[in-house]
Amino acid sequence: MIKFFLMVNKQGQTRLSKYYEHVEINKRTLLETEVIKSCLSRSNEQCSFIEFKDFKLIYRQYAALFIVVGVNDTENEMAIYEFIHNFVEVLDEYFSRVVNNV
Amino acid sequence: MVVPSSKLQDLIEEIRGAKTQAQEREVIQKECAHIRASFRDGDPLHRHRQLAKLLYVHMLGYPAHFGQMECLKLIASPRFTDKRVGYLGAMLLLDERQDAHLLITNSIKNDLSQGIQAVQGLALCTLSTVGSAEMCRDLATEVEKLLLQPGPYVRKKAVLTAVHIIRKVPELSNIFLPPCAQLLHERHHGVLLGTITLITELCERSPAALKHFRKVVPQLVQILWTLVTTGYSTEHSISGVSDPFLQVQILRLLRILGRNHEESSETMNDLLAQVATNTDTSRNAGNAVLFETVLTIMDIRSVAGLRVLAVNILGRFLLNSDKNIRYVALTSLLRVVQSDHSAVQRHRPTVVECLREPDASLSRRALELSLALVNSSNVRAMTQELQSFLESCPPDLRADCASGILLAAERFAPTKRWHIDTILRVLTMAGTHVRDDAVANLTQLIGGAQELHAYSVRRLYSALAEDISQQPLVQVAAWCIGEYGDLLLEGSCEETEPLQVEEEEVLALLEKVLQSHMSLPATRGYALTALMKLSTRLRGDNNRIRQVVSVYGSCLDVELQQRAVEYNALFQKYDYMRAAILEKMPLVERGGTQDEEAKESKEAQHSEAAVIPTEPQTSKLLDLLDLLDGTSGAAQPPPPLEPSSEGTSVHLLDLPCVSPAPASIPNLKVFEREGLQLTLSFVRPPGTPALLLIMVTAINTSEADVTHFVCQAAVPKSFQLQLQAPSGDTVPAQGGLPMTQLLRILNPKKAPLRLKLRLTYNHFGQSVQEIFEVNNLPVETWQ
Repeated sequence: MIKFFLMVNKQGQTRLSKYYEHVEINKRTLLETEVIKSCLSRSNEQCSFIEFKDFKLIYRQYAALFIVVGVNDTENEMAIYEFIHNFVEVLDEYFSRVVNNV
Repeated sequence: MVVPSSKLQDLIEEIRGAKTQAQEREVIQKECAHIRASFRDGDPLHRHRQLAKLLYVHMLGYPAHFGQMECLKLIASPRFTDKRVGYLGAMLLLDERQDAHLLITNSIKNDLSQGIQAVQGLALCTLSTVGSAEMCRDLATEVEKLLLQPGPYVRKKAVLTAVHIIRKVPELSNIFLPPCAQLLHERHHGVLLGTITLITELCERSPAALKHFRKVVPQLVQILWTLVTTGYSTEHSISGVSDPFLQVQILRLLRILGRNHEESSETMNDLLAQVATNTDTSRNAGNAVLFETVLTIMDIRSVAGLRVLAVNILGRFLLNSDKNIRYVALTSLLRVVQSDHSAVQRHRPTVVECLREPDASLSRRALELSLALVNSSNVRAMTQELQSFLESCPPDLRADCASGILLAAERFAPTKRWHIDTILRVLTMAGTHVRDDAVANLTQLIGGAQELHAYSVRRLYSALAEDISQQPLVQVAAWCIGEYGDLLLEGSCEETEPLQVEEEEVLALLEKVLQSHMSLPATRGYALTALMKLSTRLRGDNNRIRQVVSVYGSCLDVELQQRAVEYNALFQKYDYMRAAILEKMPLVERGGTQDEEAKESKEAQHSEAAVIPTEPQTSKLLDLLDLLDGTSGAAQPPPPLEPSSEGTSVHLLDLPCVSPAPASIPNLKVFEREGLQLTLSFVRPPGTPALLLIMVTAINTSEADVTHFVCQAAVPKSFQLQLQAPSGDTVPAQGGLPMTQLLRILNPKKAPLRLKLRLTYNHFGQSVQEIFEVNNLPVETWQ
């Protein structure tokens, strides 16, 4: 099950956050900073799946924007990876020019 | 005064124009003030615009809770533009914890029955996002009606809402069971995907639903078959694979249905083989489907050939250059390695390759998998690989790697010498990261391998001479040098190069360890004791050692000071006993899985050490043993001044209290004199058949206190006895607080127990000494 869906830019600012399970507001910012830190510190060589506390993070970078999805153990990581790309493609179709430097 | 409200796009441009975070905040605060004013004024025309701006601001992370009531007003309005923004606001701003959310229930109900698809869609969306339990209960029937509506747009949303309802209120699942079967006949992928998710949720939550849905397995198989075999469909294809999301979802449902169920698994076998072989793996989508297939094959009762196929697919994944795929393969192989060990073994070389990955998550997985794959035939090669990994791995993996290697070495070591070598190497490389009992294990191992004493002491000496910073290594080396110092100085040993070591060098090294600021207190304790032992092993005079020992008599560390003082006493007053006390240690008995008990027994020995030097009656204790078995018990009493070789420095005050489990052996009164009574109670802990715990209780019913009470015990040679510290040495008069002392007796041979007790105390101004054997010991104490 997907726990949350985040879009973060390279400076660490959250551009979109959607939580599918209730998380307190102050815990959210904490969670986001930690997640961003672990994603930003990855190099190109490393794989896109990170183990983080009790869930898995799957992230994908599009220019200056990171899309991070947090899932629990039962999900197929590669399907989520594909799903992120699908999401971006839909946005692209629907809004034509998707501006990446938000 | 009405300020003309700006449009959402203007606001966005303004925010984008802000160069810094502070500027952005300013702009937003100004706008929020406007919005709040406008809400207060209650302007219905532009309300939706204001709320839209507020939602944008909320998306950026700023507080927007004051818009909640506005959402309600907008939802209730008849205009579609209002409703749209209102529902969106409700989804973002309201959640279960606000009380306001219940107020939209009525609006949603009205909208659901309205018949306009777009509006129904909005209402369903909102319900599925923020629906609380009460709302779901109220609206479940409405949703169910919508499940069978003609239009797929509404049906899709209705199915998703049903999933949410079931997650919130599982009791309502019965309502949604009947429509599912019909919904499976859908052509529309959206509805189909939703239905599969719904069925998955139902099956996960109730076993009755699971049984019910096993009937649809053939239907699911058919759907997946059509998906896989039909050609290219523009609507649903992602890089050549037809709707991979639907495929993955169906596979997951098949996995749940086929688990532990022979019949369903059989129906699926062909299909799974087909999917596994036919899917195009050049792109990620295909790999995702393949991965799900492998997981499904592993989980259901599949035929052996299919499982081998699955493992081979995983092996192929491992060879792929894409990191993600490798990661996924390693994780699944880890899950599978227990059940299909031999199949996974075939891929061992590839797994070992993955150890060298720069990516931390990959190397961690590879490490776990490699450790799981070690068996007796490949242990040498594997430990070689793992050791080279240990040298280069990131620090957080070091501890796991080191303990893994040690564990593997313990289980599969071909020879003792190899074992000792491996542990040595691990300690030199990653000494600070090993577990605490590694030291204990190594000393026990070395102690047990008689023929390797010379070899080990040499190796350890050379290792220690090079580097004294790795604490576990230093501890083991110090212990070894102390024990086998004479072998070290002998000169030749056929297994290592001849090493000429002078006595002075050895002493200098141990002193260096003692003085180094890198040494832990425990290490210092080891070094000091080693020095003492060397005083009997070395042939030269002991001035240097005496000097060191007396210096440490005023050390600030209490543990060291105590030892130094005791050793000093050994040199001065009890020199005649020194040789006997500092003899070679007998082999430490390992408690198997009860290392805790072994530790406790060592601590008990330590306490015994404190008791005995205060009374120079060790020889009398030896006599007691003579009485029991007639042979000189020189080797029997564990040398009382040996520190606990289990490595942890114990303070006398920290002795653990072993509370015996309730037992059914009757108590035994063994002694009574002038009001002082001694009773024994016995406990046989159920987990350890050879262990007997005796609690000695002394009660004084006379009018005078009993002081300086000491109780000593002796048992036959095949037993092991440990006395823990008594609760005190005074038994107060008039039936005051009894004094207790715990004895632990290990009786591995189950021989008949004989126990001799010796009491010394002062009572009524006289010193009394009593020695007696305990008769009438119940049979249960030793059988």
